[in-house]
Amino acid sequence: MASEAHAAAHVHVHEAPRGFIRKYIFSTDHKIIGIQYILLALVAVFVGMFLSLLMRLHLAWPSLEIPFFGLMTPEQYLALMTMHGTIMVFFVLTTAPQSGFGNFFLPIQIGAADMAFPVLNMLSFWFTFASFAVMLAAFFVSGGAPTSGWTAYVPLSALGEVAGPGLGAGQTLWVVSIAIFCGASLMGSLNFITTTLDLRTRGMLLFRMPLTVWAWFVTAILMLLGFAVLLAAGILLLLDRHAGTSFFIPGGLIVSDRLIDHKGGSPLLWQHLFWFFGHPEVYIAILPGMGIVSHVLSTFARKPIFGYRAMVFAILAIAMLGLGVWGHHMFMSGMSPYSAIAFSLLTMSIGVPSAIKTFNWIGTLWGARIRFAPPMLFALGFVSLFVTGGLSGIFLAQPTVDIYLHDTYFVVAHFHIIMGVAAIFGMFAGTYFWFPKMFGRAMHEGLGRLHFWLTFIGVYAIFMPMHYIGLAGHPRRYPDTTAVKFLAALDPVHTFMSIAAFVTIAAQVLFVLNLVWSLWKGKKVGINPWEATTLEWTVPSPPPHDNFAGHYPSVYRGPYEYAVPGAPQDFVPQHLPEAEPARHAGADD
Amino acid sequence: MENRQSGGASFLGPALFAVVLLGLIGSTVYIFARRIWWFPEPVTALGASIDRQFDYTLIITGIVFVLAQLGLAYTILRYRDRGGRAHYSHGHTGLEVIWIALTAILFVGLGIAAEAAWRDYHSLGPAAEGMPVEIWGKQFKWYFRYPGPDGQFGRTAPELVNDLAGNYMGVDFDDPAAKDDIITATLAVPVNQRVNVTLRTLDVTHSFFVRELRFKQDAVPGLLIRMNFTAEKAGTYEVVCAELCGLGHHQMRADLMVVPPDDFEKWLGEQAAYMAALTGAEPEPESE
Repeated sequence: MASEAHAAAHVHVHEAPRGFIRKYIFSTDHKIIGIQYILLALVAVFVGMFLSLLMRLHLAWPSLEIPFFGLMTPEQYLALMTMHGTIMVFFVLTTAPQSGFGNFFLPIQIGAADMAFPVLNMLSFWFTFASFAVMLAAFFVSGGAPTSGWTAYVPLSALGEVAGPGLGAGQTLWVVSIAIFCGASLMGSLNFITTTLDLRTRGMLLFRMPLTVWAWFVTAILMLLGFAVLLAAGILLLLDRHAGTSFFIPGGLIVSDRLIDHKGGSPLLWQHLFWFFGHPEVYIAILPGMGIVSHVLSTFARKPIFGYRAMVFAILAIAMLGLGVWGHHMFMSGMSPYSAIAFSLLTMSIGVPSAIKTFNWIGTLWGARIRFAPPMLFALGFVSLFVTGGLSGIFLAQPTVDIYLHDTYFVVAHFHIIMGVAAIFGMFAGTYFWFPKMFGRAMHEGLGRLHFWLTFIGVYAIFMPMHYIGLAGHPRRYPDTTAVKFLAALDPVHTFMSIAAFVTIAAQVLFVLNLVWSLWKGKKVGINPWEATTLEWTVPSPPPHDNFAGHYPSVYRGPYEYAVPGAPQDFVPQHLPEAEPARHAGADD
Repeated sequence: MENRQSGGASFLGPALFAVVLLGLIGSTVYIFARRIWWFPEPVTALGASIDRQFDYTLIITGIVFVLAQLGLAYTILRYRDRGGRAHYSHGHTGLEVIWIALTAILFVGLGIAAEAAWRDYHSLGPAAEGMPVEIWGKQFKWYFRYPGPDGQFGRTAPELVNDLAGNYMGVDFDDPAAKDDIITATLAVPVNQRVNVTLRTLDVTHSFFVRELRFKQDAVPGLLIRMNFTAEKAGTYEVVCAELCGLGHHQMRADLMVVPPDDFEKWLGEQAAYMAALTGAEPEPESE
């Protein structure tokens, strides 16, 4: 037991556990917990993708009898849609980039032995696991999974079974699962914040942290603020559903010929609380990806990141502005049209830090020596997707233009590209980049390339046409297009998108095959296969239980010193002391 | 030290990347320029100014889109690893500041330019005369209420809702103002007549969306939401629901008929006669 309270660098040196359960199941090792989170997200992403496969089958061929489903009913479609969105947003986009990769690499990148609170870390994973189990259970209760969408708008989600199938037990499990998830995320974010602030090794100044660490740190702050509010909203919804309160349910509702015995609540209150979390959630999903992409771009461009400080300030600006723009989801909600103007202008101004990031990524590539390994392909794909998905946001941020586009497929296209696909490209970049460090073996490069090309072309083929049917006015969340005349002309586009989706989903099988194959058969790699500069490339692959074996590195420079003139190699790792005494020694203190 | 990445010096990967990006740019520009999938013609003056704002946005974002994707394609091709070291640089503050100023002016300016149409859409000024109509969303149908000759909507009460008797919104027909109210399942309005609508619902949130009007507004339980539109072109347009309201959400449609004033009066008379037959009430205000 280390008892020196002042020694920040080794707060909690613990013995490596021996038993299987303590080592791999109820582990307190941040690396094992990171892998647990990634595995959970991997299971979740395949569940979520399977649900979208069923939806795309139904949208292209509504009269097709699907095995186990037969003919899909509208409520089954809505249940698939609700669960697809929920599982993807919470258990994939929040779980893998932040809790997964962040857990594994944040402590190593700042030179720490573990997270600040290892037991809390274990608890936050198991809370997430329990939350996922409760969410999946919603498929198997009477009435099935909820049908109110991942946004669970009240009063649809608040009234129980009387409002429709899946809104009884299924919806209750949904709310309980989300509340548990909020608890897990609050524990996790406290851990990330504390670790970043307190456990940095000697010389790891804030402005020497890799951009990944900045992204995880700021994301954790967003999670702390966002999930606290969602937790409160979830509890209020649970009380409305089961304790007879009326936070969200106004008086005098008649649903299915029944007078609802509630009065005084406000449906808009739910929307405000939900989106106060829900908009920052977009940045929770994408900021870690932006961090990973900056990290990977610099490494494979063999060039320092363009405007490191501007990148940090852009992350901070996106997060701060991101907390004040939730109302842009509510332009047509009945909210005051005056507040829409404020929300709109704040939202438009997020375009500025986002444009800084894009500009600096291309600036990083300018004059580079780009190495086209799979992590880099996905990072470059991310930049392209981020541009596309960001620009469609400029339309939706203006209430005037949003009048027409709100709740059409244009919105679905926008958030899938920016929040879904771009964030997932960030995860792919991270996986191909860090897999060698995590498991000591490289992933198969040829398979990785094939996976990239199929996925990159595939996602554009799915989601670009989705904008077009949005322009034609196709409302989202429609199980079929039979009842509305103007939608019939758009059916061929649905068929095209479905086929593109099947190809893209099939390509993801390549990714899993590559993962499994590489675990056993991948080429063995040394400590630093990518010739990178940050601290995770100074420890063995895979890193030992306590990361640095008690020898904490000192950090002498910023994270992206590539192509330094006069240096013996084209990269200078963060932990190397100044080599030549002639070069302004000590200037960095 | 370590081996060079095998793909490092290859031309094929970067070239393929550039080709895919060029394909993306080309197909996107083509589809937008040819308007292969597009909005229907607007039938309101406001719709035209909304479309204009869309066009400004499309031009600005279109230019940024093409330049950014082209820039990415160019750097990928031009700066692929061909040996030697990269250019050592930590960025350029001057360029950064110019870029920030440029995007701030462009995006925030675009946002400010959009606000005029938004103010008109919500008529953020003194209320103007117009024909009053109530729009009611109800799982999974739209209903419309006209006040009749007295210009007054009668009282409603949720406990009076009786779908079987055709009283979908719980109108209290004992209220004198309600006697001449007309409830319909189709929304008809006279052409070139300002219509002051009030959006209501008694169950869950719905959203009234007519593409040609460039009009979309949620109907929220507990709220009376007042909006207006003026349709300038006769025709029949589809009303759909744009906010998920349950398993019949996708079937919740109605027709909006924009007709000449004479046809409108005739249609309203027919509906009034049907109402009178339904409620058994004489359409005279004083009878009790």
